Amino acid sequence: MHSFTDFFSFSNANVVYVVLGMICINASSALVGTFAFLRKRSLIGDAVAHSLLPGICFGYLVAGEKNPVLLLAGAFLTGWISIFLVDYIVRHSRLKQDTAIGVVLSSFFALGVVLLTYIQKTGSGNHAGLDHFLFGQAAAITRDEVSLFVVILVIILTVVVVFYRQLVLLSFNPEYAATIGLPVRLFEFVLTSLTVLAIAAGIQALGVILISALIITPAAAARLWTHNLKWLMLLAVVISIFCGVTGAYISYARTAMPTGPWVVVTLSLITLGSICFAPRRGFVSRYYIRRKNSRKITDENILKTIFKLPGFQNQDTELTFTRVNLTEIRPFDTKELHRGIDRLIRRGLIQKSGDDFVMTTSGRKESARIVKLHRLWEQYLLRRTRIDTDHVHSGAEAIEHIITPEIEAELERELGIKGIPEDDY
Amino acid sequence: MKQDIHAIEVHNLTVSYDGRPVLWDIDFNLECGKIIGVIGPNGSGKTTSLKAIMGLLKPSSGFVKIFGKSLDEVRDRVAYVPQRESVDWDFPASVLDVVLMGRYRGTNLFRRSNKTDLEIALQSIAKVGLTEFKDRQISQLSGGQQQRVFIARALAQQADLYLMDEPFVGVDAATESAILSLLQEMKNQGKTVLIIHHDLQTVSDYFDYLVLLNTRLIAKGEPHEVLTKENLSNAYGGQLTLLSKIVDLIRQNEFPVREKGVDL
Amino acid sequence: MNDFFTILTASIVAINCALLGVFLLLRKMAMVGDAISHAVLPGIVIAYYFSGEKGSVLLLVGATLSGVLATFVIDLFSRKARVQGDAAIGMTYTLLFAVGMILIATLMQGNADIDQECVLYGDIALVNMDKIIIDDNLYIGPRALYTELVAGLVVFGSIIVGFKGFKLLSFNEDFAKSVGIKTSRWHYYLMGLVALTTVVAFEVVGAVLVVGFLIIPPATAQLVTHKLKAMLVWACVFGVLAVIAGYMAAVYFNVSITGAMVTVSGSVFALVFGIMRLRRSKSAKSVIAAEI
Repeated sequence: MHSFTDFFSFSNANVVYVVLGMICINASSALVGTFAFLRKRSLIGDAVAHSLLPGICFGYLVAGEKNPVLLLAGAFLTGWISIFLVDYIVRHSRLKQDTAIGVVLSSFFALGVVLLTYIQKTGSGNHAGLDHFLFGQAAAITRDEVSLFVVILVIILTVVVVFYRQLVLLSFNPEYAATIGLPVRLFEFVLTSLTVLAIAAGIQALGVILISALIITPAAAARLWTHNLKWLMLLAVVISIFCGVTGAYISYARTAMPTGPWVVVTLSLITLGSICFAPRRGFVSRYYIRRKNSRKITDENILKTIFKLPGFQNQDTELTFTRVNLTEIRPFDTKELHRGIDRLIRRGLIQKSGDDFVMTTSGRKESARIVKLHRLWEQYLLRRTRIDTDHVHSGAEAIEHIITPEIEAELERELGIKGIPEDDY
Repeated sequence: MKQDIHAIEVHNLTVSYDGRPVLWDIDFNLECGKIIGVIGPNGSGKTTSLKAIMGLLKPSSGFVKIFGKSLDEVRDRVAYVPQRESVDWDFPASVLDVVLMGRYRGTNLFRRSNKTDLEIALQSIAKVGLTEFKDRQISQLSGGQQQRVFIARALAQQADLYLMDEPFVGVDAATESAILSLLQEMKNQGKTVLIIHHDLQTVSDYFDYLVLLNTRLIAKGEPHEVLTKENLSNAYGGQLTLLSKIVDLIRQNEFPVREKGVDL
Repeated sequence: MNDFFTILTASIVAINCALLGVFLLLRKMAMVGDAISHAVLPGIVIAYYFSGEKGSVLLLVGATLSGVLATFVIDLFSRKARVQGDAAIGMTYTLLFAVGMILIATLMQGNADIDQECVLYGDIALVNMDKIIIDDNLYIGPRALYTELVAGLVVFGSIIVGFKGFKLLSFNEDFAKSVGIKTSRWHYYLMGLVALTTVVAFEVVGAVLVVGFLIIPPATAQLVTHKLKAMLVWACVFGVLAVIAGYMAAVYFNVSITGAMVTVSGSVFALVFGIMRLRRSKSAKSVIAAEI
């Protein structure tokens, strides 16, 4: 716990750099990652990330030291070349995109490994820390690098804010964008450059292999929570920053721990959580929706069955019935029938009187409504399709539960029927 | 030959994709020895119906019988011709390689193709008029020739029922007439062919029987019965807006298309 | 002699990878292969932790399973959780690889057998340390060579016996199903073979660079031939070529052996690609010239 207060009091200048660095890196990559995700080009990030390694080594060889600007420039260069090569291979051969990505990323990465071992073995100058680029060490972020990351974030933010509408159009429908005169290739170039820039900034903390998670995962996780693009971006950025700082803290608290893996693991945990708990799309809420549906179906089936009881049409006398009366007409599952009737009593559609049940006025209305919906749908099927009459009933059986008042009104209008249709199949 | 056995019986078939019913309560019987067309607008579930009949998609309710039996019992008597675009024609294979695949079965995968297989494959290639191309790589064929390769592969299966997904799409006139005369020949041999088709102009010339789909079965019968103004406007004329609204509601609310325990 | 055994071992790695890579490529699953090779890492570390040795059967089985698990998780993500396909691949392999790295940092502290470097490029230079000596003094090669040979027999045998199945699965899965072939069994069998191969190759070439062996030689082969059997042969040729030339280059420049092999492999791809482009544009030009 000691390290926790140490870390989050930000009394240590290094900690400040690390946290600031992680915020910039993760915000940058989550922003460009959202567009990559929307363009279904998530794995391009993978190719770029692996391809940065030789660029970094070139940068080092040219500078003779760990000069952040030169390393970044080298990384940017090879990253860009890799994207260009993937596109070139796909366009000029019968190889598919994922094959091209695989070829380019492993070739470049291998070249990087060769250069890295070359640098290590020739042993000239201070090459310590180059291998941080492999697995990421957030603690090694320096003040100079933080200023660089801030600049990168500002560039990315500016472009995204200024050209927001163009970028959205490009991601959503590039063909249409071209027809209305958007310089598609230019914006593709811009977007690609931003992606390479964000990844190049991030490898210091995440390492070349895991950085692609920063591009892919935040957007994928955020997508489960919202349909709105602006919220999607914001949420992706927030999730990513949270995980970045968590990862940085863990590797600060236990020096043997590399940062990258922990960032990725927290990111993945959040994604898994989203898959389970996100509203509407999550497993849990889908389970609840289904349960609600099946209860609704049972309740309404009970009401429909009550409609068929001999006394229903007689409005003046009280309609009493037992469970057996109902099961004689429709085979209900005993447990479900019990629970359904309990729910209907709570809704005030049925009243209990001794061992029997009595229909209330609102209950009668509801019964009639369900039957009406069922028969309206039967009529619709007959009118619009050549359905065999012996299939009409079963075809309408599930649908009466889902017809909304608006659709009910439209059905009445389209079929020209008022009230409950006479015909019953 | 027993006349009362249908080539295909489809009973209350419902197939959902991602919670959305793509095919809904489809019900029809198809007689043997006919050329049958499946028509309907784009996205109306034509391909889905073929895949469901062929057991490639699991229906959420309903069932299919072929020659009165379950598919697994009569699989050797059914040949399936997928859409041409569904495969990568850059695949390293020759015409003969692909047509020989028509002789593959779940049971003979581990033995080499024998002489009979080879003969049947060569005959099938000859029937579609590709003998001079038999060693050509499939990537170097025209669209029409590729379609003929697929049909030759189906012929090599020596089936009694053929299911073809859009065989006339993107083919040249020569291929179209070649396929048509093959169809006549197959019909004369008592085979049944079910074809997905999109061109309403030609349907009444090509088919003995039609199935008109738009998520639901709109109509079935002989061409003159099916191709009425009312049916066509129901299927193509945007008359089914309510149906598609219901379909959307079903998907959004994770609603079951069919209640459990409801008899078919 | 040591050089010979190293090259021989790496060549068998290359052949195993090339054979399976051809089918991965044709199934458009090159990146799934990439994902599997990263995803075997946690399996390797855990199994190693419990068994304490590299060559154990437990390690082989455990790690292979974790590779197959990866394909299963990718499937689950994309089908059940409705995450788009390539995002699902990226998420799965980064997660499993990250877990592997964390396990190395916690369980393997101070253990030289499995560390970060060996994950990256394997211990090909150390392959000869673990010798098999019979009759007290007859050295018949490193243990890794024999592990590779056994894996090679499994891969080679499977492809010979299941050639028709793999071919049909790769060309037209729906059709395969329609003639009654259980395609999902074939699919997981292929994925299992890929996982097994990457696990076995781990100690020789590492978990990351093995992708270069899986994808680049088959991709090069696809450029030069239109025939499946020829593609398999060419992929093996390109793979072995890269191993030999890469080894010599690595020794000459004193750099990572595995890195050099894959770099050479990539260069061969670039060379072949260039030649094919040149030939095509030449023939195109001559056609135009003839028309004029």
